[in-house]
Amino acid sequence: MHSPQPNSETRASDDWPSELHRILKAADVRQMSYVPDAGHSQLIRMFSADRDVTTNVLTTEEEGIAIAAGAWLGGQRSVLLMQSSGVGNCINMLSLSAIGRFPLLMLVTMRGEWAEFNPWQVPMSRATQPSLEAIGLKVMRAETAEDLVETVESAASLAYESDQQIAVLIGQRLIGKKKW
Amino acid sequence: MPMQAQLDRRAVVAALLKDRKDTLVVSGLGSPTYDLHSVGDHDGNFYLWGAMGGAALIGLGLAQAQPGKRVLGLTGDGEQLMGLGGIATIGVARPRNLDIVVIDNQHFGETGMQASHTGRGVDLTAIAAACGFAATGTVWTLEEVQRLAAQIAEPAEGPRLFVIKVLAENPPRSLPSRDAVFIKNRFRAHLGFAAA
Repeated sequence: MHSPQPNSETRASDDWPSELHRILKAADVRQMSYVPDAGHSQLIRMFSADRDVTTNVLTTEEEGIAIAAGAWLGGQRSVLLMQSSGVGNCINMLSLSAIGRFPLLMLVTMRGEWAEFNPWQVPMSRATQPSLEAIGLKVMRAETAEDLVETVESAASLAYESDQQIAVLIGQRLIGKKKW
Repeated sequence: MPMQAQLDRRAVVAALLKDRKDTLVVSGLGSPTYDLHSVGDHDGNFYLWGAMGGAALIGLGLAQAQPGKRVLGLTGDGEQLMGLGGIATIGVARPRNLDIVVIDNQHFGETGMQASHTGRGVDLTAIAAACGFAATGTVWTLEEVQRLAAQIAEPAEGPRLFVIKVLAENPPRSLPSRDAVFIKNRFRAHLGFAAA
């Protein structure tokens, strides 16, 4: 799946992937699963190099919902990374998290909402938040690096300490424009 | 080897779990959930009543969290067909403590016994083998099921997937709790984890 490349002109304060890795480690996340997205590429690399975290590459995003539930049954916390187009693949599997009140933390990079070149990304972009809310998830959103770090920290507490099912949407404006 | 399925699914699951020790079991939506409950409710069982295609992958997350325990994903042909990509994901993850057993009646038994792909040439064991599973096999007799029960109690080099061909029939339902929060918390308590 194609996704935006991070901006080449980043400030130190924009190193949000490192901050997210630090926060998720502090929250004792032990499993990470993902369908690749360029916006998540640095976080994926950091988790893949982390020997204390088991990383699973998925063929479709809903697999990560099931893995997260299994991890929790076995006493571990899991985080799931995807882009907005993948949210549509997850809906029925989210029944598991919702009806079982399984802690769930999904970090979703948005496409199709800000300086998007590919019109095929737009319909699922529009459906992302309503469909997540329709199946029972709490949706949180961040548009700046500072806000994202704080939001994910709060979302991790809500998910793992309060048994909530949370999707954090990472605005496409934050990730930057894909170079075509 | 008989190519016509003759096994009774309840007898198969009873033989498979006769000496389960501390094996953790996740059962797939439909008959496998009833089969698992029919041989005796157990705190180490997690029963699915939905989330079709998720049984083997819940098993993966569980196996990764509990590397010292054997984990069994007990599912049906329809449920595993919906999670075909998961076989690739499990093949790449390569857990050494996860087995997938497909109780294969070659039909969608819960919805009117429509024929499924596995009776029309689709071979889940060949897919698993191509995805790098450490062992695969298809079982037709009760003696083979008994040998399989002993085999899956032993350590493995990687994930294994076995298909057991059974008669297409619906035995009387044996219904576990449909309260997933209760089953989840009971399962976690069984492993020593507190409820939130």
